[in-house]
Amino acid sequence: MKRVNTILTISIALIVLFSVIIPLPSFAQQKNVILATTTSTQDSGLLDVLIPIFEKKTGYFVKTIAVGTGQALAMGRKGEADVLLVHAPEEEEKFVAEGYGIRRRLVMHNDFVIVGPKSDPAKIKGTKSAVQAFKRIAETKSLFISRGDNSGTHAKEKTIWKATGIKCEGEKWYQETGLGMGQTLNVASEKKAYTLTDRGTYLALKKRLDLDILSEGDRLLFNIYHVIEVNPERFPKVNSQGAQAFSDFLVSKEAQNIIKTFGIEKFGSPLFFPDAEKKINQQVR
Amino acid sequence: MELIIEGIIKAIKLLFSLDREVMDITLLSLKVSGIATIISVFIGVSIGTLIALNEFPGKRIIVSLVNTAMGLPPVVVGLFVTIFLWRNGPFGFLGILYTPYAIIIAQSVIATPIVMGITIAAMQQLPKKLRLQILALGATRLQMVWLLIKEARLSLLAAVMAGFGGVISEIGASIMVGGNIKGYTRVLTTATVMETSKGNFDIAISLSIILLLLAYFINLILTHIQQKGHWR
Repeated sequence: MKRVNTILTISIALIVLFSVIIPLPSFAQQKNVILATTTSTQDSGLLDVLIPIFEKKTGYFVKTIAVGTGQALAMGRKGEADVLLVHAPEEEEKFVAEGYGIRRRLVMHNDFVIVGPKSDPAKIKGTKSAVQAFKRIAETKSLFISRGDNSGTHAKEKTIWKATGIKCEGEKWYQETGLGMGQTLNVASEKKAYTLTDRGTYLALKKRLDLDILSEGDRLLFNIYHVIEVNPERFPKVNSQGAQAFSDFLVSKEAQNIIKTFGIEKFGSPLFFPDAEKKINQQVR
Repeated sequence: MELIIEGIIKAIKLLFSLDREVMDITLLSLKVSGIATIISVFIGVSIGTLIALNEFPGKRIIVSLVNTAMGLPPVVVGLFVTIFLWRNGPFGFLGILYTPYAIIIAQSVIATPIVMGITIAAMQQLPKKLRLQILALGATRLQMVWLLIKEARLSLLAAVMAGFGGVISEIGASIMVGGNIKGYTRVLTTATVMETSKGNFDIAISLSIILLLLAYFINLILTHIQQKGHWR
């Protein structure tokens, strides 16, 4: 009797497990679009709004891989992604020039801000120049948390450090997390440290953070997002139709309108500013 | 403290409101890790038994390799499975990177050595004379193996639990080969990490509580089966 019981329990467990078998992935690979993007677009929640609309409209299935811009570009370089939504203009230009990407188009921008603890030990509050603010942080040896992950934000941070002429790597007050923007903000908040962040992620997380915006508005702090399709001539396995459809969607009126209003309801101000209408990339540089 | 209480309340709410997304994530975790465990049991128990019951040169090296692999870091497995499954990699033609299947493969790789290692230990613990006795009673070799497996079932079920526990709680491989795609490869652990980085600590806490409950109930069922066998 007991053996019957055991067998019954096991089979019930198995039935429960298999009753709803995993939906087979559409082996029609043409329907899958791999989007490699930065963590900020996911952590802010923007993609959760945009992608379902795109999928419904076109029938494509978007696989969003949210990594740093550096890794997203690396995936593109190997042909492991179809389309990229990234924010490191200099590296993107190199990426396209080397023939890995095509049709790089401006999607939107927001800006980077330097955030830090209320006490502001480096006294950078109100400093307009980002370079000046970074210098002060270095001079006072105030703790600075870096992404350290080759992301777009990290690239921007390195550009600013370069402009200050200060070598910060290896310094005690300079720490790298190697994590996404959201996690890095959490770390900075806990450690009462300064960090560089995109405004979108900061606003999205603001209620949980003990950090204030201390320096903003420098031209250097512009944060520009481009969409790039991975070159199908170089990588024949790339789903170029899907990539183009997604890229077209991002710059379409519909998506641009969503970007324009995204975040107003929840955070009181938009997180991103649509730019697709603008013809010249340099305009927001 | 406040945050934890908030999280617990939210978890209860999410559980009872049968939130569609949370349910899907939970079910996917269960399915992926369950299937991976079953696969690892088939491979782990059979090969483990084979290794335990046979004497051959290099056995010690093999056993120590299996024992080392019991602690295989999930990120390492994730990295290699990713490289193998890349579009332009050796198994790229399968096109299963960033699908639940990729997670099942990676988790099977993680769980198999765990199950195998415990199986080897369990089988070697059985008294040697038992084998002779069974054979003397006229059993075929296959029947003997089956009887031995039944004899070791207490430890073998522990192996199943260890294997399942290893993969349901694993994140490194799931996020690398699955990509944490919403509604497709997002499992409890990867969702928890993402919600944490989004600053939604309450949802993250509630997801962890669901994960713990899930692990508890699965182990409850398995323990139930195990102890039943014990009392008989």
